[in-house]
Amino acid sequence: MKVIVLVRPKDGILDPQGEAIRQALSTLGYPASSVRAGRLFDVELDVSDPAEAERIGREAADRVLANGLIEGYEVVVEGVAGAEDSAEVAGEDTAEDTEEVAAE
Amino acid sequence: MKPRIGVITFPGTCDDRDALRAIGLIGGEPVALWHADDSLDGCTGVIVPGGFSYGDYLRAGAIARFAPMMREVEAFAAAGGPVLGICNGFQVLCEAGLLPGVLRPNHHGRFVCRDVDLVVQRAGSPWLAGLEPGDVLRVPVKHHDGAWYAPPDEQERVEAAGQVALRYADNPNGALADIACVTNAAGNVCGLMPHPEHAVDPALGSIGGRPLLKGLLTLARVRSKKASAVTA
Repeated sequence: MKVIVLVRPKDGILDPQGEAIRQALSTLGYPASSVRAGRLFDVELDVSDPAEAERIGREAADRVLANGLIEGYEVVVEGVAGAEDSAEVAGEDTAEDTEEVAAE
Repeated sequence: MKPRIGVITFPGTCDDRDALRAIGLIGGEPVALWHADDSLDGCTGVIVPGGFSYGDYLRAGAIARFAPMMREVEAFAAAGGPVLGICNGFQVLCEAGLLPGVLRPNHHGRFVCRDVDLVVQRAGSPWLAGLEPGDVLRVPVKHHDGAWYAPPDEQERVEAAGQVALRYADNPNGALADIACVTNAAGNVCGLMPHPEHAVDPALGSIGGRPLLKGLLTLARVRSKKASAVTA
């Protein structure tokens, strides 16, 4: 089962990488007023329970994949119906609101 | 007896040799430690040195913090042992939660490599014995991810607790409030982006790095006396 962890800089945190990319896009003529650069992790897990995959994804994000001082994250369990909607529910950053995606 | 100071080498560390040499120069016994080992080998002080451990993958310092040797360092620090993190070592200690905050990419997006002046913030720190607020130490920096940051409430707490040891006179990286060097609340763990181990020999320029390293030696000496008192 695959869990996808999306990590991005929190609002208000300066992102020099994103700004450099924005400048490149502007140079190419795109009307980009802001770029925020994050990271995407595709994690294959040897589990079959979506709730467990979700829990592991969040724990891994809290412990290592994201630094909570400057980054937020979303966790999406691939192949779970409604996962795309649930990504918004899962929201950013805190481990407390973890249950929604898996419950779908 | 010379205090034994361990210097940890991770894959991608590059300033371990300078740190070992500097410890020898100022009167300590340098001890090379390997990240995958799980013993501090009797050291009473530890340096987590500079470099690019694990290629700075994920975030600088984020992978090295899980090395077996870091578990030893965490236990050593929790027991009051003195630990100095330099550059990548500072990043590792922040990622490990042994020091407050995090090191972010330089605000200008460029690698910075030059001497900087560091201003002492308070008297009485064992890491900077004999120095007064306003005293200046010239030490080189060389980093890409050196901007210290903490959320506002965390920064306030760190400032109020006197954990800011040094500030940049001329901020080279966008660090919050010009903060260059912080300690933990207990004061036995210290980290900074500038490289004191590169500034110890007058033949090579400034010797502004000596006070911090001597501070580590002093703390390590106190600790070895305590240890021998316990075993005696």
